[in-house]
Amino acid sequence: MAVGIISYGAYVPRYRIRSEEIARIWGDDANIGRALNVHEKSVPGADEDVATISVEAARQAMRRAPTGPDDVGAIYVGSESHPYAVKPTGTIVQAAIDAGPYLTMADYEFACKAGTAALQTGMGLVQSGMAKTVLAIGTDTSQGAPRNALEYSASAGGAAFLLGAERKHILAELHHTVSFTTDTPDFWRREGQKYPSHGERFTGTPAYFRHVEAASQRLMEDQKTKPDDYDHCVFHQPNGKFPVNAARRLGFKEPQWRHGLLAPRIGNTYSGAALLGLANVLDHAEPGDRVFVCGYGSGAGSDAFDCTVTKNILNYDRSEAERLETRLADTTELDYAMYAKLRGKLVMGGNGA
Amino acid sequence: MTGRTAYVVGAAHTPFGEAWDKSYRHLMTDAGLAAIQDAGVQGEDIDEVFVGTMSTGKLVGQEHVASLLLDGAGLADQHLPATRIEAAGASGGLAFRQGVQAIRSGAADVVVVGGLEKMTDVSDADQAAVTASGIDQEWEHFFGATDAALHALIAKRHMARYGTTREQLAAVAVKNHAHGARNPLAQFRRPITEETVLRAPPVAEPLGMFDCAPTSDGAACVVLCSDAVVDSYGGKAVQVSGSGQASDTLSLSDRADLTSWRATEHAARRAYQEAGVSVADVDVAEVHDAYTITELLAVEDLGFVKKGEGGPATVEGRTGDGGDVVVNPSGGLKARGHPVGATGIAQVCELTWHLRGTASDRQVKDARIGVAHNTGGTGATAVVHVLEGVQ
Amino acid sequence: MTVPRFWREIPQRYNLQASKCGACDAIHYPPRTVCPECRRASIGNLEEVKLSGRGTVLESTRVHKAAPGYEAQVPYTLALIQTEEGPVITGQVVDHDGRAVSAGDDVRAVFRRLGEDGDAGVIYYGTKWVLA
Repeated sequence: MAVGIISYGAYVPRYRIRSEEIARIWGDDANIGRALNVHEKSVPGADEDVATISVEAARQAMRRAPTGPDDVGAIYVGSESHPYAVKPTGTIVQAAIDAGPYLTMADYEFACKAGTAALQTGMGLVQSGMAKTVLAIGTDTSQGAPRNALEYSASAGGAAFLLGAERKHILAELHHTVSFTTDTPDFWRREGQKYPSHGERFTGTPAYFRHVEAASQRLMEDQKTKPDDYDHCVFHQPNGKFPVNAARRLGFKEPQWRHGLLAPRIGNTYSGAALLGLANVLDHAEPGDRVFVCGYGSGAGSDAFDCTVTKNILNYDRSEAERLETRLADTTELDYAMYAKLRGKLVMGGNGA
Repeated sequence: MTGRTAYVVGAAHTPFGEAWDKSYRHLMTDAGLAAIQDAGVQGEDIDEVFVGTMSTGKLVGQEHVASLLLDGAGLADQHLPATRIEAAGASGGLAFRQGVQAIRSGAADVVVVGGLEKMTDVSDADQAAVTASGIDQEWEHFFGATDAALHALIAKRHMARYGTTREQLAAVAVKNHAHGARNPLAQFRRPITEETVLRAPPVAEPLGMFDCAPTSDGAACVVLCSDAVVDSYGGKAVQVSGSGQASDTLSLSDRADLTSWRATEHAARRAYQEAGVSVADVDVAEVHDAYTITELLAVEDLGFVKKGEGGPATVEGRTGDGGDVVVNPSGGLKARGHPVGATGIAQVCELTWHLRGTASDRQVKDARIGVAHNTGGTGATAVVHVLEGVQ
Repeated sequence: MTVPRFWREIPQRYNLQASKCGACDAIHYPPRTVCPECRRASIGNLEEVKLSGRGTVLESTRVHKAAPGYEAQVPYTLALIQTEEGPVITGQVVDHDGRAVSAGDDVRAVFRRLGEDGDAGVIYYGTKWVLA
């Protein structure tokens, strides 16, 4: 039985902070943004969190979907910054899209790949016939500690994908997925800690590159494809540099990531990163376009996907108002002080608490 | 109106302001004893007691206050019926109306009506929560509205519809502070300039800090009696010739017109009709200026000026000293202060003094007919009384 | 706000669930038990409908002294929103940085945090508005 994306939605908050502005505060090199290939990053508004971003993405997906909320058999929200440590984000999404109550759900956490893990779970449920449609969401409002390197990249955004099995509905057929998972502590956040910790340079070769390349290579072996067979590639993008390096090492070339690489403009949206890249690719794709996607989550694992865009994309509402690019074009620049306030980095005391 | 008539024979209120050394019990006892003494009644003469207060539960953690306050005045052993009345900002006015109705119905010949609020025992945030509890908690406040913000929306609508200006709003505060300067019981007794109002920190645009009534402590009390016994209280009686009360939607969003308070219009019509007076007969009025915009609405909806002319009328002095009708000679809520439940009773006190001719240097000359106007929230409750001097 | 008080009105807060009078077709938000125009004729004759979330600003104000939970957003914009179905809703207009909000502006509903019961308490979500 086929399985594919039958609708999708994407949301990135409108606020941005530029890398130079963060560098100005900490006395870092003003060119650090160029080195990381992250020129600015998205920042959630005072009243935005993983639940609100997930709902906005899910609502866009449902608004454009060929099926209704009653057909949604499962909702998985992947994030490392769920608003609650205990209490699902998914139930909030469910109520906001008027789905259920006869459906199954759980929130996912696997650092930056919780969203692609949700996508895989959805594929399984739809293909097995357990669910008619599944909503898979990856969203984060991730935080980096002040002055930590992560501060230049940790950002906010998310995407939602509605998966289904009916060929007449499928916009992009998901042919295959491969995961590569090991116990590699390159990045973590202990219970009760506000900010994550990471292994600095250890996050590179033994972590990101090893997992991304292993999953990608196995997927292409399984599918008997090579990088040239793909019109688009999307890699997890903790910054703008790693995904480009990984793509090049695997044999992909410059134009293939032109729509899938958003980190230079919005930073690392963690669980949302690969999915937002895929959403932007679908906004631009033509029928027959083959798309390669590989997520990565610290800890560590990679989920790779092979999919092909169908002719149904031509009848799908990709009007100006619905496109991610339209949303990304309308932004408000913040200075570090306002950013610190919005992100709860100011220590409040007394009556201000 | 036929049948029995109610008279105010005693009136007193505490100084309004920050009464750090007085608890709510002491404030009410002070005002109550002064009013009873002013009337010359004895505890044994009293048939019934009403007290208007908005939020003793949140402000001092005490409900069940009517019996408690009566006890504070040393009257527990009289075992009188004592009832607490609440309708946000209109709590005092409604309590007064209950007293009037008890007299008129024949159930009582002497009624004591108190009003109070003790607001400064809690934080600013808790005070704001109390003020906001007069608007719709679930469908206004929870969505980010405050009492001031809703009044700001009304002000903007009034400005858009009638050309009311920011300066005209400020003129209300300037006038009422000038009045308050002559009231020894007022919280603010200093005249202010238009510039002071315009340069004050914004609260909800266009309203600033000087467009809003303050947070206050205070208590007020009046003694009412029937025509059957009024002669025993020689010379000081003021007749309650009209009483009207009306309501409207609690949420501002449910109103077809934001710039008129229908509850005020209906309450006023009923009160004027009962009293057999026309609006042109009114000499003095105490109206509910919780915000500068609400005085403009009040003078329009009470019929003192044409709809939309509240602003120009204020600037031209038509509602000030020597004007067609002197509005808020006490300083109003703005300058006298606004201990919420006390306000409606303090309004009656002020009118009583003017109609008796004892309002000293702020006396409205030849005052014969007075109107008290007390509202709650954004005008979901309005109560209007017409008082007449007895020659 | 408290948990049960919030919970029972989730459909109204998340999805602008309103009521429609079967007698006169008037729509009310929040939903009513009785239509104020038809009164008795409407009892048992009201159906649930969802508002589209499209509307225009009837009037707005910049709030500088915040309602509880909105302190960090000062100054914020509060407006009366005329929905296209008829009901007027009080709500916050967000994300309009640098653009003034004026009467007549088109707005649409968005899903945001409305408040929370402190750092450890439940988070309350619901509808706010952005310029369309």
